[in-house]
Amino acid sequence: MVKFFLSYQHEIFKLATEHLWLVGISMLFAIVIGVPLGVLLSRRPGWKALVLGTNNIIQTIPGLALFGLLLPLPWLGARADRLAILALTLYALLPIVRNTYAGISGVDVSVREAAAAMGLTPLQLLWHVELPLASNVILAGIRTATVITVGLATIAAAIGAGGLGEFIFRGLAMVDNRVILAGAVPAAVMALTADLLLGLLQRILTRGPR
Amino acid sequence: MSGLAETAIEFARVQYRVGDNVLLPDLSLSVRRGEILMLLGASGSGKTTSLKLVNSLLTATKGEVRVDGRSTAAWDVVRLRRHIGYAIQDVGLFPHYRVWDNVALVPKLERWEQGRIMQRVQEVLNMVGLPPNEFSRRYPAQLSGGQKQRVGLARALAADPPILLMDEPFGALDPITRSELQREFKQLQVRLGKTVVFVTHDVSEALLLGNRIALMDAGVLRGLYTPQEFARSTDGYAKPYIDTLRSMQQVFDL
Repeated sequence: MVKFFLSYQHEIFKLATEHLWLVGISMLFAIVIGVPLGVLLSRRPGWKALVLGTNNIIQTIPGLALFGLLLPLPWLGARADRLAILALTLYALLPIVRNTYAGISGVDVSVREAAAAMGLTPLQLLWHVELPLASNVILAGIRTATVITVGLATIAAAIGAGGLGEFIFRGLAMVDNRVILAGAVPAAVMALTADLLLGLLQRILTRGPR
Repeated sequence: MSGLAETAIEFARVQYRVGDNVLLPDLSLSVRRGEILMLLGASGSGKTTSLKLVNSLLTATKGEVRVDGRSTAAWDVVRLRRHIGYAIQDVGLFPHYRVWDNVALVPKLERWEQGRIMQRVQEVLNMVGLPPNEFSRRYPAQLSGGQKQRVGLARALAADPPILLMDEPFGALDPITRSELQREFKQLQVRLGKTVVFVTHDVSEALLLGNRIALMDAGVLRGLYTPQEFARSTDGYAKPYIDTLRSMQQVFDL
């Protein structure tokens, strides 16, 4: 088994890098879109049903189906990796948006009142109060989303976007477990590492009594 | 800007309504500069509502609230609130900020020069009885209820506002701590000369702290008294409070 891994190490490395790239870019987009969206939701709770509802629907679509559904899109559907990144971003959005919204709404009412009475502008409130106090919950959402995305990115191979899923699908076609594992094991290791690192980040940021 | 006008805060025929619920039908009241005016009343009497109209946390549906001669509608909201210190029962300290940073925040937002901030925060922590060396690096979770209130007061005083709004700040404290803080607050106010509007449902606190007592009931101002006038009053609104206080004192005759 180990010999197998070693003999394929170049390809494993190449696919793992592709995988990391897909996950990294998607997570970046998901955070850059998702956190502000969560903040916006806390300012306009009326939109909650629409935004979270849409997010929920996206999540219920099975991964493979979502990849397939997005294929006809212009520009995005043209290149497999763009498509994969779009789909992965959409999936990662829900935990991030929902946690950001929950974290910010969860800020103590008295703290908000005191902050308002001190003349904090909405932006100052966000910076000094809401984001710091919600950071733990937001980070938990990012952590969840990251682990999901690492797993989901294996499906990207089905539409030719590369990544460790290549091994999995190839192994399934060849009926060769070693090939499957060559994809599944690095992916699992990636997911666990991401979870560990983000967990560590959470603990670092939570230092100082609340 | 904050002139020497005798009236610091004025309610001019103020109405506050939420939907069909009229919390304040028609309030007219003047707060004199440098006085402690107690807003005394039961829950739902409109006293907290009235307080929040002063710093624009709520907006009157009719009439005008004037601070330092200018309608609150005409003030820039941020400037108005920096002009007024606010202390509430739950305090609302930022849990992720140390005592020092909680108190220093408004001066920081006002872009005071660093040295001035340091001096002021130390001064104000000493004023409220919290030696900076011991307390400035603590987090709110490491403070007792009384200590939290002191920090809340320090925070309210930090930018040296001429007006303080207090909403039952000592209500959740044990009687001994409450008494201690009441006495210290009274001494502090006499020294600093701040104009204070203080909401309470505790008649003994009203008598102890107030220069004048505004008795509120169902959103209506029923009477304005000095503590002596209140204690001797026979009108239907003040008398129940005094009777209750007297009956509590009968315990000493047992």
